[in-house]
Amino acid sequence: MTKRIVLLTATATLTGALIYAAAQQPAATPPALAPAPPAQAEEKLEVPPPPFSDGIFPCSQCHKDMKPNRTRRTLTEMHTDIELKHDADHRWCLDCHDANDRDHLHLASGELISFDESYKLCGQCHGEKFRDWRAGVHGRRTGYWNGHKKYLLCANCHNPHQPHFKPLEPKPAPNRPTRDSVSR
Amino acid sequence: MNFARTFGQFIAGSLRIVLRGNKTYWAWLAFLAVLIVSGGLAYARQVSEGLGVTAMRDQVSWGFYIGNFTFLVGVAAAAVVLVIPAYVYDWKPIREIVIYGELLAVSAIIMCLLFVLVDIGRPDRFWHLLPPVGHLNFPTSILAWDVLVLNIYFVINFVVVTHILYRAFGGRHYEKRLVYPLVLLSIPMAVGIHTVTAFLFNGLAARPYWNASILAPQFLASAFCSGPAILLIVMQLLRKFTRFEIKDEAIWKIAELMAYATFINLFLHGAESFKEFYSNTEHTLYVRYWFFGLGSHTTLVPWAWLAVALNTMAFVLFIVPASRRNWVLLNIGCIATYGGCYIDKGMGLIIPGLTPDALGEIYEYVPSVPELRVAAGVFAIGFLVFTLMLKVAVPITLGEFHGKASTIH
Amino acid sequence: MESTGKTQGVSRREFATCAAAAAAGFVLTACGPKQLHEFPKARLSSLLKEMEQRYAAKYGTAFTVADTPPIDGVEFAYALDISRCIGCRRCVYACVDENNQSRDPQVHWIRVFQMEKSKGVDFTEGDPYYHPKEVPQEGHFYIPVACQQCRNAPCTKVCPTGATWTEKDGIVVVDYDWCIGCRYCMAACPYGARHFNWSEPSVPADTVNTNTHVLGNRPRPKGVVEKCTFCIQRTRNGRYPACVEICPVGARKFGNLLDPTSEIRYIIENKRVMVLKEDLNTMPKFFYFYAT
Repeated sequence: MTKRIVLLTATATLTGALIYAAAQQPAATPPALAPAPPAQAEEKLEVPPPPFSDGIFPCSQCHKDMKPNRTRRTLTEMHTDIELKHDADHRWCLDCHDANDRDHLHLASGELISFDESYKLCGQCHGEKFRDWRAGVHGRRTGYWNGHKKYLLCANCHNPHQPHFKPLEPKPAPNRPTRDSVSR
Repeated sequence: MNFARTFGQFIAGSLRIVLRGNKTYWAWLAFLAVLIVSGGLAYARQVSEGLGVTAMRDQVSWGFYIGNFTFLVGVAAAAVVLVIPAYVYDWKPIREIVIYGELLAVSAIIMCLLFVLVDIGRPDRFWHLLPPVGHLNFPTSILAWDVLVLNIYFVINFVVVTHILYRAFGGRHYEKRLVYPLVLLSIPMAVGIHTVTAFLFNGLAARPYWNASILAPQFLASAFCSGPAILLIVMQLLRKFTRFEIKDEAIWKIAELMAYATFINLFLHGAESFKEFYSNTEHTLYVRYWFFGLGSHTTLVPWAWLAVALNTMAFVLFIVPASRRNWVLLNIGCIATYGGCYIDKGMGLIIPGLTPDALGEIYEYVPSVPELRVAAGVFAIGFLVFTLMLKVAVPITLGEFHGKASTIH
Repeated sequence: MESTGKTQGVSRREFATCAAAAAAGFVLTACGPKQLHEFPKARLSSLLKEMEQRYAAKYGTAFTVADTPPIDGVEFAYALDISRCIGCRRCVYACVDENNQSRDPQVHWIRVFQMEKSKGVDFTEGDPYYHPKEVPQEGHFYIPVACQQCRNAPCTKVCPTGATWTEKDGIVVVDYDWCIGCRYCMAACPYGARHFNWSEPSVPADTVNTNTHVLGNRPRPKGVVEKCTFCIQRTRNGRYPACVEICPVGARKFGNLLDPTSEIRYIIENKRVMVLKEDLNTMPKFFYFYAT
């Protein structure tokens, strides 16, 4: 009888000790999740109007009665002025423009976004630039450094079909200093 | 009132003396007058049109004026070379000519102050430097220090020399209690003015050519070469044209001291060159521009090697006792060391310090004609002051010019 | 040698006369004009009015000369993205227009250097006089340089009259009416940022900017030093400097270093940032960075 009590007590003590010891270990948690992206991604930013060509928008004017043709091809009947130089080997029009609703663009998830939120689309591939743009570090700054921040759409500077900037003609070089006269 | 009478006699007598002279004297004064008028006209144009009439530009913003200023501070400091043995060691042969050293210092400081005046963009605002009406950024700005020490040194030398001469004019000995402390003070002040002027350049981290510890000792060494060189020539001229007497030993002793000074000058130059060329960093560009030119920019190269040649020749001529006792060789040595130091301290210091400029651009600065005219005018003013002061001082020290017996106490 | 009583009497009299003259001079001239930052407020406003009238008479158009003070809790800083600058020099000329720089003789507060990518940031190889048909040129990058508004400014240290100093918001300014034009500050500046008016500046009356600040873009006289002031007339009213706004590629960033949410802080904390001539310990508030 005594032997059984001793055995039970020992087991209980050992178990209690183990439980107690286990309780002292920090709970094994999975690696900390990255903090959720700021909620601003959902808020609408104040931007200038998208730089549409004259009369081109709303696209549904023409497209609401047209059947979408999802074949990758070079367009020959309309929009021939657009030469796509934006990862043209892999992308074409309908990777950004929504096939069924031409008045909107679509994200990779299929979610539709309007043209004045086009930065969300650009940000999918160009994430670092997007984050810099949100901080005000990418892109041209105008307005007030201590007040209301104004943003430009990506498309206000970069042509989405040919985003690479064309070279500019530089303004004149400064005059070299000369001995004879301080001017000119 | 006796003071007023004696002083009046002194002024009247001095005027008589300076208005009396032989053809050489008048020719010399006429020559100086021409330079002064020419300089005055050129300066008037500079004031009206701005400093753009010089060749200085943003890239090389200091030039001929500041180069001359720097050199002349050295000349002014060199009076101490004579003061130290004369008063401190009571070396009689040199005592006679210390006054002339101090007159040279006074003339040199006047030229220094004039060179600063012609260099600043707003001479009408010169008073901004003078407290209490202005604001002197002392002790932070080394230029503020320079303004102070130069003027104090000027006052010391001016007071000592005018006191001694005026007392001599009155047939009395100078007041030892006034003169000795001032003269003793002038020794560290002389070292001080040139050290502070060196620190002007030395403290600028933006200019690696100047930002070298060797600059202050270098300045002093070249000052002690060039200053006495002028004096030796002047002494010989005085001995020739007036009854002024100066022992040969005095002249030779000064020449010997200059030999040591030229050695130190050469040694310090050598030490600087070693550091630049052996460590061969990008900072070597400046000294390379001076000695070898950079690319096609080689304007200063002949001057650099001329200075080396002149300084070396002067050293050899002074260190060999036989050559320094030969009057022809002695004078060649004086001119050589004066020329060598002038090139080194003027164009050899200012221009390579600013070429290439802070952002690597090379603008080859060569003084413009108006600049040269103004500088010549300033030199002429200094020489005129020195000439007139000598013209009065020599007769006083010889006892030929003195106040009437009845006014002497 | 004994000194006679006469000698002592003379020197005492002389001394008294000199002292009286000095005292009179001090009293009279202490009332005279002094440095701008020593002015009492009332006199300053009349001084500004006098300036406005003078400029209006010269240029034939109404001027405002403000003396907007620094904003509390602000220290300005600038960041320039050299992965973006294409060397188009639009900033140079926007600055010229905004800040009334002289056209003839030509004064530019900003200088753009074309450098080779293979050689890196090396001013001995930089070329500010590039003028190709188009920029950016293959294999080159561009670094604009203007006043770095150093925290440990060598220029303010050396000014003999105290005509240049650093304001509370970090802008290094020049009092154009106090500067004597000695150009010591120009020798001291490691960035070639200070410019001298070698002759009378000329600003065309039809393009003059009449919105000025007394320490910034008001028209300068001949014979004084000038430099970039971070567009003090704009930035103290919350606006960006003209160069920031004109840059077509958005390479220029500006803001308040003390505001943790500013673009400047974001750049310093997240990008690879450098300053020019760091070994000189000038601690510039002008940073260069690579955004990509």
